[in-house]
Amino acid sequence: MSVRTLPLLFLNLGGEMLYILDQRLRAQNIPGDKARKDEWTEVDRKRVLNDIIMTMFNRKFMEELFKPQELYSKKALRTIYDRLAHASIMRLNQASMDKLYDLMTMAFKYQVLLCPRPKDVLLVTFNHLDAIKGFIQDSPTILHQVDETFRQLTEVYGAISAGEFQLIRQTLLLFFQDLHIRVSIFLKDRVQNSNGRFVLPVSGPVPWGTEVPGLIRMFNSKGEEVKKIEFKHGGNYVTAHKEGSFELYGDRVLKLGTNMYSVSRPVETHMSGASKNLASRTQESIAPNPLAKEELNFLARLMGGMEIKKPSGPEPGFRLNLFTTDEEEEHAALSRPEELSYEVINIQATQDQQQNEELARIMGELQITEQPRQSTTKGDDLLAMMDEL
Amino acid sequence: MVAADSEGPKDPGIRMFRRERSIPLQGSAAALCNNLSVLQLPARNLTLFGVVHGPSAQVLSAAPDGVPLAQRQLHVKEGAGVSAPHITQVHWCVLPFRVLLVLTSHRGIQMYESDGSIMVYWHALDSGDAPSGTWSGRVLVFDIPAKGPNIVLSEELAGHQTPITDIATEPAQGQDGVADMVTADDSGSLCVWRSGPEFTLLTRIPGFGVPCSSVQLWQGIVAAGYGNGQVHLYEATTGTLNIQINAHARAICALNLAPEVGKLLSAAEDTFVHIWKLSRSPQNGCIEVEHCHSECVSDTQVCGAQFCDPSGSSFAVTGYDLTEILRFGSV
Repeated sequence: MSVRTLPLLFLNLGGEMLYILDQRLRAQNIPGDKARKDEWTEVDRKRVLNDIIMTMFNRKFMEELFKPQELYSKKALRTIYDRLAHASIMRLNQASMDKLYDLMTMAFKYQVLLCPRPKDVLLVTFNHLDAIKGFIQDSPTILHQVDETFRQLTEVYGAISAGEFQLIRQTLLLFFQDLHIRVSIFLKDRVQNSNGRFVLPVSGPVPWGTEVPGLIRMFNSKGEEVKKIEFKHGGNYVTAHKEGSFELYGDRVLKLGTNMYSVSRPVETHMSGASKNLASRTQESIAPNPLAKEELNFLARLMGGMEIKKPSGPEPGFRLNLFTTDEEEEHAALSRPEELSYEVINIQATQDQQQNEELARIMGELQITEQPRQSTTKGDDLLAMMDEL
Repeated sequence: MVAADSEGPKDPGIRMFRRERSIPLQGSAAALCNNLSVLQLPARNLTLFGVVHGPSAQVLSAAPDGVPLAQRQLHVKEGAGVSAPHITQVHWCVLPFRVLLVLTSHRGIQMYESDGSIMVYWHALDSGDAPSGTWSGRVLVFDIPAKGPNIVLSEELAGHQTPITDIATEPAQGQDGVADMVTADDSGSLCVWRSGPEFTLLTRIPGFGVPCSSVQLWQGIVAAGYGNGQVHLYEATTGTLNIQINAHARAICALNLAPEVGKLLSAAEDTFVHIWKLSRSPQNGCIEVEHCHSECVSDTQVCGAQFCDPSGSSFAVTGYDLTEILRFGSV
């Protein structure tokens, strides 16, 4: 499969994560002067987003990301987002982190599936980057980092053929295969059916470069058109009237990848009933050790490039709940179906001591210096999360 | 000159095909092109189906009414490597004296007896390529004995610069055991070959910047399906484009032929399967085509479709994330 898929996967999932966190932080937003010490303010929200974006677009990290490499498993990737989500004062319980990851993955799966052309996944990525730049308008340094990533994307993907984009799309779909978590915002908008599958419309504009189906043209041996016949193709398509822009600034035309959340549309997931394909799911989670070792190499490389800003002084870690109440969050943690557990990688289990130490050191930077105010259920400590299997 | 819709049945209430019993799959179908292979065994009252799930492929047999009988899972051969490799295609090769089941992946080519029970041959592909991971575009030709594992790589054909997407063959007119062949690649280029002691390149049909995902060959007609939803029909000997069909709104994932009647099936990611009738004009021998049937597989990104009998009276469909093979039969 394509070795150029990871940057697109990472940036788009990261973009969705920021949309969701932004929405949740706004929803829990209390005006600065009225806020108690343990409540989120506008300043806090901006700071969290800043810190995460700064970590995401760190130059060393991006360098590692853009190296040609195979995609790793969902659980390896989940580890990166765990770290990213904790790049600031914000803390998430396991249940909220699970829900966050569910939403991120289903959103990007939807976007990839509905992309008119395989190449349009680049426009989706640019939509995410445009929105990210909106979050950090006041920080020229980070803005520059994002523009730099933009330039890198254009350099790498600008030269790629339609065939390679098709392969990238197939690689992404392979990554998202068998995920059918129902997302309430998708159900309400009728883009997802109640069985968890996305609606594929048979109307609207055709992709740029495709003609509206329904015409048969016949040519003679000299290449001259001699006859045209129309046929009923069954859909209701129209011509695409404009191509989206691949420049640094421009009208992307495509809406996929723009922010669909707002304060009035809360984010919820329903866990689908027990998946019928338990066989295929369990096969992925019982990955043999050599595979896990490769993934740890990958994680060590990638996260070694992540610079986590350590909180200076005795700052509290604020907990963000992706559910409406603490009770709901606790219930979600207890009732999460077995086959949907992400089984975060156990770094203690590998034989390679040196590599293990390196990764443990990187992970150690995430240790919270002070306990958050709210009562916690399962450990906020990422290392503790890592040791659970 | 524009002619009006020339479909057969004028009454829209008359449907040509109806849904029949589906065959459940152990794993969902992967979003690959040509992701359904069918082996028709009318003498044994059986049909075999092959579908790629990802790291595994499933081969199963079913009775004529669709009742599943036996199934088997195949995997890529173990070896050193970074991550679990994925299967790219599972396909039955029907040869004059035997049928082989071929499994391809980035690691290599595995050949089995037709029921997938025994691997008879393994050909490793170079893994030492640059991490850009492009395939070389070589076409490998193997000599297959009537029995046993003495399979030998006899030729490597150079004709493509980008990865091969599909290969189609047809017994050449009036010659025993000799086939003509078409190969297609990621850039949309096609090569037409004549076989013999060695393969000779007859003609090359240039691409137009869009991958050709599937190709078929029938009575000197090359049918090619492209990433922009078009089906092109070319004269095989000259490479001339005779017909261009704006068939689908998304990339075509599979083409298949029912050779007895010249029916062509096209399936695409736009959820549609279309059936066409190919023929030659009695006056001047020019290629002609007629649209016969359109089937919408709701909310399904189709990834494979094949006729299940040589007269084209039934066909089967697979879709991304779908854990069953959908079957359609003539009304």
